[in-house]
Amino acid sequence: MADWFAGLRADFIMNFVTKDRWKYITSGLANTLKITLVATLIGIALGVVIAIIRSTWDTNKETLRPGVGRFLLGLGNAICQVYLTIIRGTPVVVQLMITYYIIFASSKNGLLIAMLAFGINSGAYVAEIIRGGIMSTDSGQFEAGRSLGFNYVQTMWYIVVPQALKSVLPALANEFIVLLKETSVAGYVAIRDLTKAGDIIRGVTYSPFLPLLAVALIYLILVMFFTWLVGKLERRLRNSDH
Amino acid sequence: MTTETLIRVENLQKHFERGAIKALDGVSTEIRRGEVVVVIGPSGSGKSTFLRCLNLLELPTGGTITFEGVDITDPSCNINLHRQKMGMVFQHFNLFPHMTILRNMTLAPMKLLKKSQAEAEDKAMQLLRRVGLADRADAYPSQLSGGQKQRVAIVRALCMEPDVMLFDEPTSALDPEMVGEVLDVMKQLANDGMTMVVVTHEMGFAREVGDRVLFMADGVLVEEGVPNELFANPRSARLQDFLAKVL
Repeated sequence: MADWFAGLRADFIMNFVTKDRWKYITSGLANTLKITLVATLIGIALGVVIAIIRSTWDTNKETLRPGVGRFLLGLGNAICQVYLTIIRGTPVVVQLMITYYIIFASSKNGLLIAMLAFGINSGAYVAEIIRGGIMSTDSGQFEAGRSLGFNYVQTMWYIVVPQALKSVLPALANEFIVLLKETSVAGYVAIRDLTKAGDIIRGVTYSPFLPLLAVALIYLILVMFFTWLVGKLERRLRNSDH
Repeated sequence: MTTETLIRVENLQKHFERGAIKALDGVSTEIRRGEVVVVIGPSGSGKSTFLRCLNLLELPTGGTITFEGVDITDPSCNINLHRQKMGMVFQHFNLFPHMTILRNMTLAPMKLLKKSQAEAEDKAMQLLRRVGLADRADAYPSQLSGGQKQRVAIVRALCMEPDVMLFDEPTSALDPEMVGEVLDVMKQLANDGMTMVVVTHEMGFAREVGDRVLFMADGVLVEEGVPNELFANPRSARLQDFLAKVL
């Protein structure tokens, strides 16, 4: 037993202390968080816009008069459909590589490309979550807004979307957690994220046990922390209107 | 009441499923400024559809609606501007649950009429005091009773200083003991000279407050008249039958 502990201690020193190897982990963690947070913002912005276009088209295509407005909305809806189909139909790691090696082949700013690729990917899932929230908001809310004189977009913005976002908060939190863990494939395009950091250490020390365990533990703690944070936010929002 | 026509409805039609269902089948009438018009009729008679057509929440399939001299069924008219002048109260209140009562009332005046926050809140508090709910200004809708919610819904619409108020069965979703407080607010409003179109099952209200009663059945305006006359001497068999059931 004592031997085992002594071995573990040596292992720990070799993997994290020698040559300040722990710095790989901290800088990797920073990159993972940066990618996740920016991608989340891009995802929510894209998701809200797409959800509004899609639900507007779905609820109004029967009654809209033919004209420029109808044409543009129909076109927007078609573009959104293509986007959703492609993004949800292909693996994120393939999308990431296409973005990095083909679309932005001339740029080597991996971090920015990863933020963009993961954001665009997340947007597709967020859009469907928010669309569900919009569709499930009581139609009376929409009518009340319109009856006061708000136009369609104002009614969506002030009245429907805030309620929709609130009701889909648990699903959005889930998407955020999935995204956080999905960024672990960023190493495919030479970005030193948290997972890649563990892998780099393993590559030089030839000792996989502690680096990978450390990486897994950090992801777990992050997810637990964010779950707790969202739970707090949910309770606060609930308190505001029970 | 004046003789000035506020809303003129001509041959209003609302068909569903390519004309298979005729919710409104040629309704024509006039609402004069300051008048309280009560619309009664059995369920499915088209009275709610009629009311919802007046501010185009329901798009008519035929006919015209002229409000303050403008044909609002004309596709080129900006309905949002005219809706600001037509307050609406719904059966299910439809207060915004994510906002306080005060915010519910000040949102539209601030965003649409460009009132300052102080100005909008002044007006809102004044109206809340009138309906006895000033102390609930910072509450959320879910903290109110049904009757309180509907009173707030009425004053929320009044914050936009409308020229006409449309009521879509405002007491139908209320517990019986709360109906009175809402009707009282509506009576007060009528006494102040507000033009009102009220779809309701409250025959007492129709008789007491209504200047004119419209009886609808099967999407048609069957009979109209002064309440006392209409209730005492119904001419059509449909109305006689209906009154026998509800009175």
